[in-house]
Amino acid sequence: MSPYVVVAAVVVVGLLLFVAAMGARLLLAPSAPTRAKLTTYESGVDPVGQDWAQTQIRYFVYAFLYVIFAVDAVYLFPWALVLRSADLGAASLVEIAVFIGVLLVGLVHAARRGLLRWL
Amino acid sequence: MTALEALEVVLRSVAVLAAFLVLPLLVGQTEHKVMAHMQGRLGPMYAGGFHGWAQLVADGVKFVQKEDITPAAADKGVFRFAPAVALIPYLVAMAVIPLSPDVVAADAPASAVLVLAVTAVGILGTLMAGWASANKYSLLGAMRAAAQLLSYELPLVLSVASVCLAAGSLSLSGIAAAWSPWWLLWQLPGAVVFLVAAVAELQRPPFDMPVADSEIVFGAYTEYTGLRFAFFLLSEYAGIVVMSLLFAVLYLGGWQGPFSDQLGWVWTMLKGFVIAVVVIWLRVSWPRLREDQLQRLAWLVLVPLALAQLALTGVWVVASA
Repeated sequence: MSPYVVVAAVVVVGLLLFVAAMGARLLLAPSAPTRAKLTTYESGVDPVGQDWAQTQIRYFVYAFLYVIFAVDAVYLFPWALVLRSADLGAASLVEIAVFIGVLLVGLVHAARRGLLRWL
Repeated sequence: MTALEALEVVLRSVAVLAAFLVLPLLVGQTEHKVMAHMQGRLGPMYAGGFHGWAQLVADGVKFVQKEDITPAAADKGVFRFAPAVALIPYLVAMAVIPLSPDVVAADAPASAVLVLAVTAVGILGTLMAGWASANKYSLLGAMRAAAQLLSYELPLVLSVASVCLAAGSLSLSGIAAAWSPWWLLWQLPGAVVFLVAAVAELQRPPFDMPVADSEIVFGAYTEYTGLRFAFFLLSEYAGIVVMSLLFAVLYLGGWQGPFSDQLGWVWTMLKGFVIAVVVIWLRVSWPRLREDQLQRLAWLVLVPLALAQLALTGVWVVASA
């Protein structure tokens, strides 16, 4: 039997836990909604403006860098399985070093250009 | 699938559920008491009689009876489902972490990669909560969480990759079996990176800017009440359990120790518990980082350190092969 069958079953059990807990809450918890209770919380005063607003997204550079490095990390895991083989080990080490080296140059470049400053 | 196999699947998943409902409460109660004593207080003393052992059970009973409010402006479906998305990934992660070669619910061949993948899904719960709340604090909190979890996911993945290289295996059982005490020194930089990144992934102090109470109330969880709020809290403590056990299995040899044939699972639990206490200790000792300091730490310290560890591991494995 594949262990992934158990993994799938655990996902189902998790969903059942959520449904059962919400069922228990329906039976036990009171429900008395008022308009004031359902307004958006803004530290006790009436909410100002709408939920759509202009804002400065500061983290998109991090998101780009993350995607680049995360794709890189995906290649590292299969590498772990061939590193010990006699014909691939040393060659794969050099190749990964070149691969990560290029990314590292990119990271240093981003840092020197000041892109890794939050403000 | 025969009936016997089906029964085995049910038993295994129910055992995971039991561990999932008990272990986070143990960590939570430990946090109550350890924090209290570090701060010269007693912590909960009444619920259950003996040193307030039933405090979190009482909290749970209270949470179930609280009114569940969905704000009128919220995106209702997403808002209501977000706690499940935050919680279930840690349940799945717990299923594949081995306590000993025999005590594991699902011994998946690529469990190290699977754990990283499912814990990353949990972040979506926070994002969904923040976006669907239609609340400015929630949105800011979700943005901060997204930026933080992106940045710290990377050192976490890289340090786990280094351990996989060292063991030549992608399975957590294989990694713990390949472990030797020499790893404590050899993989030390990676271990430090993993611990720091894990605390940041869990949004625990000193990395709790996404829920900074003095700035943005409670971040993405501001609009939540009752049981749904409790589910987010539970997922935080389940996260501590998962990360601590993972640290024990990856860096401390899991079940390896005296009498590991019979008591292996006890060793894994003990090592994980020590790490959980360290995570609690960090909360008591360190002030919150600023948002910009946080990003610098991730990209200019942890990522280079994790890459250096990766290079060290790779060169050593090839040189000694």
